[in-house]
Amino acid sequence: MLGENAVNVAQTPTLARSILEATGVDVARCYQCGKCTAGCPMARFMDLMPHQIMRLVQIGNAAAEEKLLACAALWSCAGCLTCTQRCPKDLDPAAVMDVLRQISYDRSKTSPEQKKVLAFHRAFLKTVESDGRMSEFSLVRRYKMASRDFMSDVALAPAMFARGKLKFAAHKSPGRKEVGKIFAACRKRGGA
Amino acid sequence: MKSIGYYPGCALACSGIELDLSIRELSRLAEVELCEVADWNCCGASSAHSTGHDLAVALPYRVLALAEAQGLTEVLAPCASCFSRLKGTLVRLRRNPEMLEKMAGLTGRPCRNSVAVVNVLEYLNRLLKDGLAGKFTAPLKGVKVAAYYGCLLSRGEDIVEGDDAENPTGMEAAIRAAGCEVVPWNFATECCGGAFSLAKPEAVVELSAAILGDAEQAGAQMIVTGCPMCHSNLDMRQRAMSAAGRRTGSMPILYLSELLGLAAGIAPKAIGLDRHFTDAMSVAGRSA
Repeated sequence: MLGENAVNVAQTPTLARSILEATGVDVARCYQCGKCTAGCPMARFMDLMPHQIMRLVQIGNAAAEEKLLACAALWSCAGCLTCTQRCPKDLDPAAVMDVLRQISYDRSKTSPEQKKVLAFHRAFLKTVESDGRMSEFSLVRRYKMASRDFMSDVALAPAMFARGKLKFAAHKSPGRKEVGKIFAACRKRGGA
Repeated sequence: MKSIGYYPGCALACSGIELDLSIRELSRLAEVELCEVADWNCCGASSAHSTGHDLAVALPYRVLALAEAQGLTEVLAPCASCFSRLKGTLVRLRRNPEMLEKMAGLTGRPCRNSVAVVNVLEYLNRLLKDGLAGKFTAPLKGVKVAAYYGCLLSRGEDIVEGDDAENPTGMEAAIRAAGCEVVPWNFATECCGGAFSLAKPEAVVELSAAILGDAEQAGAQMIVTGCPMCHSNLDMRQRAMSAAGRRTGSMPILYLSELLGLAAGIAPKAIGLDRHFTDAMSVAGRSA
């Protein structure tokens, strides 16, 4: 039975343990009140509801893991923190989503339908890794190449240029090589 | 002359340029020097914490370490996302000294975690308390404003301190000081869709249109925000909202710092009011 005293590290399922180690959140304490789902602005775009994600982490068998790491919901979380703010057990579902997303990414389990979100994150981080900073033009160029989503928002670009909200020149930091080394160091440790 | 560390972050150079311009203008007026953190890097925003735990801490950590080495005790991070990442990192490192050591190893930069991080609302309220309101020569009398906090200026109790996460009021005194009226509404802390602007624009359009619709129903003539992501979603996507049949009409979206800049009589173009997608210049002539 899952309850307040259910944490036994040796028996904790892998995903639950990874979450506990990375964030200190013990998902076993979730009592399925559903408040996270009730307040979630992105729930209508999700295939699994936030409280169902918590429940599957508790179940923790191979089928549950498979379902969790491939679900679209992980990539629909906007990180708005409403669930975290309202969880009566202080369980931080948004942080749980973060860890699951990282594992889904690391193990290449991400649902192919979510490739646009993943392409965005990759494009963003690639830009920061090479320039030390993000600039919208470099980000959008990389995103469009990776997502093959060439047409969306093209109409906005000229207006953005006219307003100084998009610039051809990349925004680079002097210490960008050092930033690149931080990316490499994190990757080495399996954390990027 | 007073001074404070300044971490503009990436968005303020481009898509969020009005926030940078208006903060700089108000600081000049209030005689506060903004000392930019030299060689700052991106905080990693949503993308770092979506895909890598260490990186999501290491990037803000480097900024905190640089600021500390530069002798700064406080850093203003006007972008809500940067603020949330920087302050969130600071709080986590305070809770977990081992992480501090790990980050020093990863980045090659030691840090005692001694720098405080200040958000845009805290900073503007501080300027007002120190006498900025006395310099308001052009208050926008009677203009009805919906104060929009969004996610990252309201939630995370150890990050956004001193306000009620479900019913924040941190903008109200400033809006009233600018001569405006604060209208009660329901969507003050609802999410606009955040960083999904590119990857899930349909979600952003739906969520942002609901925010605009509620503000309109509450009788607001404009929405005031502190966050560049909220600003670009609410301001830039209004045409897409109409095209999707979600709403009609247009609603000016101003940064709180722009509103205060107008009240202080600063030229609208100097604070970037002419750079909005949805007309905001008309607001400048609205004071009765």
